[in-house]
Amino acid sequence: MTTLAASPERARRGAGARTWAIVKRHALTVYALLVVGYLMLPIAVVILFSFNKPAGRFNYVWEEFTFDNWVNWNAVLGIQDAIITSLQVGLLATVVATALGTLMAMAIVRHHFVGRGATNILVFLPMSTPEIVLGASLLTLFLNTTAVFQLGFWTIFIAHVMFIVSFVVVTVKARLIGFDRHLEEAAMDLGANEVTTFRKVTLPLIAPAMLAAALLGFALSIDDFVITYLTAGGTQTFPVFVWGIARVSVPPQVNVIASAIFLVAIALALGNALWQIRAGRRQRRATA
Amino acid sequence: MGTFLHRHRGATPYLLLAPGVLWLAIFFLIPLAFLGYESLQSGLFPNFEFTWEFSNFSDGIRDYREQFVRSFLYAGIATLACLVLAYPLVYWIAFRAGPWRNLFLLFIVAPFFVTYLVRTLAWLNILADQGPVVGLLRDVHILDSDGRLLATTFAVVSGITYNFFPFMALPIYVSLEQIDPRLLEAAKDLYASSTQAFLRVTLPLSAPGIVAGTLLTFIPAAGDFINAALLGTPNQAMIGNVIQSKFLESLDYPGAASLSFVLMGLILAMLLIYARIVGSERLTG
Repeated sequence: MTTLAASPERARRGAGARTWAIVKRHALTVYALLVVGYLMLPIAVVILFSFNKPAGRFNYVWEEFTFDNWVNWNAVLGIQDAIITSLQVGLLATVVATALGTLMAMAIVRHHFVGRGATNILVFLPMSTPEIVLGASLLTLFLNTTAVFQLGFWTIFIAHVMFIVSFVVVTVKARLIGFDRHLEEAAMDLGANEVTTFRKVTLPLIAPAMLAAALLGFALSIDDFVITYLTAGGTQTFPVFVWGIARVSVPPQVNVIASAIFLVAIALALGNALWQIRAGRRQRRATA
Repeated sequence: MGTFLHRHRGATPYLLLAPGVLWLAIFFLIPLAFLGYESLQSGLFPNFEFTWEFSNFSDGIRDYREQFVRSFLYAGIATLACLVLAYPLVYWIAFRAGPWRNLFLLFIVAPFFVTYLVRTLAWLNILADQGPVVGLLRDVHILDSDGRLLATTFAVVSGITYNFFPFMALPIYVSLEQIDPRLLEAAKDLYASSTQAFLRVTLPLSAPGIVAGTLLTFIPAAGDFINAALLGTPNQAMIGNVIQSKFLESLDYPGAASLSFVLMGLILAMLLIYARIVGSERLTG
């Protein structure tokens, strides 16, 4: 400080640089918080308007606060069936896709075999194809094989498993790559066969990745509109229901359901985070 | 089963793969073949015939060139907007947010937890003619007194930007988070200014994230039709809107199928060009 004071010119430059550094640092923070605000704005609007009492058919302008929409969440014809269908498809497709995807990830990471590159491409392709093309191609398959496939619940299920599998493979693969094979070799050395080793060693180790993949898959399934819309026939999931009703009038109950899904997802995410923090602490205590 | 696996070790990977690969073959590859077959048919619903009707493709490109151009233009602008919005945010989260990192990551993925269609409809509330945003812009004369945001290109592009933002932000965050802070210290020790350290160390090391984010944003954005349908007018129609309405409204399956193929082909072509520019190792990770 004293040397700076001795040379006023340097002091000024130093102060200028310091101010500039402070501005720069805070500019980035302000920018970041503004972007976060932008991300949160529509979510806040969705939740806020679930408590609105719209004057006309459209729920676009704020009128009056009410709990009625939450109490009578299923007062709109068809909304309850749509949600039940969404949940059923989501659960079934997630379970099947997680199983198929985990097995594929194990084969790809653990084994060297002819066709490994081709398998990787086969997994990558659905993720890099626009949804509208995925939905369109499935629809042509179903339309040309009406003897086997009638559009409805099961065609939606088939479509969802198809597009979730790739995401499961990628998620589980990432976990398997950083995985210590010695643990399994140790189990085998101690006389466990491959099935026992898988059940007692491999499965517990990859279970968190499978859970993460399943949660992601369920989120993708319950949110999907494009592929579902093309393969659904007359069956309605929640997004298809919203699409149908959006042209006529959007009742606040749609906001109620979306808010409820959002709150459950956030609760799960926070719960998972807390669980991991606690697990980390326990591990540290054990090693200490 | 254990002894079976033991005796046929070479078969193990194929047994593990079989169910998943079969599913993808039957419900991804074969449908693409059906789409190809459908795209070369002619006739009127429901009596289509396979006639090697290649004119479906040339007609489709000619009639819907505008929508194709618009799709790629909108997707490109939205991708750029996502990059500009996301990079500083995730940079801040990775290097400045400290213990709040995970909370801010949750903020990034939070929009995904609101149903796609509903969060797009929320922009109808925000950009509504009677809403606060339009009111403010009219008061400061950025918009005319009867100017609007809804049903404009701006609304559609900002809807796309919002909806695909996390696809851009997350890969960049992952690549930034992996940067060894010692590299930045080394740069500083070698007298790099913080700008130089950013340009010569941080930015190149986060390039894989930018590449991945760009692809993950651009591809779904180019095929999107929800934002154009809900926030725009037919003047903002993208190729996804055309394909969707041909399949489900005008029942022109061959036309819809050929347009789907053109869209996929164009995206694959762009992917390949992009791969040539940035290097294919970066593309597949």
